[in-house]
Amino acid sequence: MVSMEQDSIIRTSGFAKSYAPGVPVLRDLDIEIRPRERIALIGANGTGKSTLLKCLIGLLPGSDGTVSALGETFSGSPSKAQLRRIRLQIGFVFQHHGLVRQLSVLSNVTHGMLGYPGSWRAAIQVMAPAEWRIRAMEALSAVNLEAKALERADALSGGQQQRVAIARALIRRPRLMIADEPAASLDPSAGRDVMTVFSRLASEQGITLLYTSHDMEHAVSYSDRIIALKDGRVHFDQASSSVSQSMLSEVFDG
Amino acid sequence: MVERVLPRRTANLSAGGFAIAVAVGALIIVSAGDVAPSVQRLADGFPRLANLVDRMMPPNTDAEFLTRVFWRILETFQIALVGTAIGLIISLPIAWLAARGVTPLGVFGYAFKALVSLFRTVPDLVWALLFVAAVGLGAVAGTLTIIVDTIGFCGRFFAEAMEDADKQSQEALAAHGASRFSILCSAVIPDAMPSMINTGLFALEMAVRSSVVLGLVGAGGIGQELKVAFDLFQYQNASAIILAIFIIVLVMEFVTDRLRALIQ
Repeated sequence: MVSMEQDSIIRTSGFAKSYAPGVPVLRDLDIEIRPRERIALIGANGTGKSTLLKCLIGLLPGSDGTVSALGETFSGSPSKAQLRRIRLQIGFVFQHHGLVRQLSVLSNVTHGMLGYPGSWRAAIQVMAPAEWRIRAMEALSAVNLEAKALERADALSGGQQQRVAIARALIRRPRLMIADEPAASLDPSAGRDVMTVFSRLASEQGITLLYTSHDMEHAVSYSDRIIALKDGRVHFDQASSSVSQSMLSEVFDG
Repeated sequence: MVERVLPRRTANLSAGGFAIAVAVGALIIVSAGDVAPSVQRLADGFPRLANLVDRMMPPNTDAEFLTRVFWRILETFQIALVGTAIGLIISLPIAWLAARGVTPLGVFGYAFKALVSLFRTVPDLVWALLFVAAVGLGAVAGTLTIIVDTIGFCGRFFAEAMEDADKQSQEALAAHGASRFSILCSAVIPDAMPSMINTGLFALEMAVRSSVVLGLVGAGGIGQELKVAFDLFQYQNASAIILAIFIIVLVMEFVTDRLRALIQ
């Protein structure tokens, strides 16, 4: 494990992706993400942020170059076994929380164990093994929602629901947490709340965090490093503290 | 005063639309001439009906007869209850296989949609005749009919409820690597559950109603007793049975209504 810690979490070399031949969405990407880093991926709409997220973990096939993700190296698509091993080390959070409204908060958190062996027992918390219930409560306490464990998911506020989604990702004890616009559909204060939880968890639990955002403040305040995409290439890739306002404006204004 | 331009009261009817309206009207009038009761027929029929009702009164309240009716009604309930329960259980996997976007079979899911349609479009009395021929007279044929009936009804509405289930939660679980079956149990069924319970209660209500008439073709239950009464001109027995049927259907509707209100 110690040597794994030294390795990069994700590394691409000469990576390119095109949906139609000759029309690249992403090209010449050499990206490296090291353990425990908090990375903000930014870019104007349609620059391929979501596509890149999916390619980095093998959910979409690349067109050229190689990707190493969480110990698995592949060009094009990963094998099924590789994809499964990659997924087991990742927790996902999306713009929309994607909780099952009718179920309890606790059941929604145990859903994070789906995809693991014997995971049919994760469907509702009543059936879940004691160990998973303990892990679920730990995850809920990490996002300060222990008290809401048995409430229905749709009884919570938007920000709380997104924190439950974080707990659902956290129960997997992921090495990498991927969040696609996690605060975009929340009001500003709930959005800051969610981003604070992310960056705190990443540093407390040693999770690598990779998130996209179109909010300049979120991009700068909660990351160690910003990777900016423009026209399918890396426009800049540097420590958040050294990124200026004008550099950000340049990226967001297309 | 300012002159106002008012919107037209009616939309313009096109020539084609007018032709279709005339054709439909003509079809109804011609058909009515063939099958609708004429005034004469009604006038003749009414005294006969009055005579029949007169012979039905008073309903037979003989204790031995009422005991027999009681056991037959109990059998009717059993047919409805067991048929609906088994039908609901079979409907779940069939609905899963038939639901668009949820089925693991892709386009082959349509085969199950077609099967459910077949179950639904063939009337229950026809199914009952088939099952009486296959397994003989009695309650088993009735139960089989209700099972098929329930699958035809619930298979369709369960599938629709599953198709309408929230997609975002399904996508979130799929990203984490959940299998289609896990997604079904964790996200699709919980989301579709309120609608499915409602459908199940309607199915039970329909089953009670149709199990009453299945006996007419020999598939068990109270209907069998009713047919015997009419065949043997025992009209006082018949009226007692009709009253009993009326009461159980009423009770059933009341109970399912209360259950529905409780769930919502």
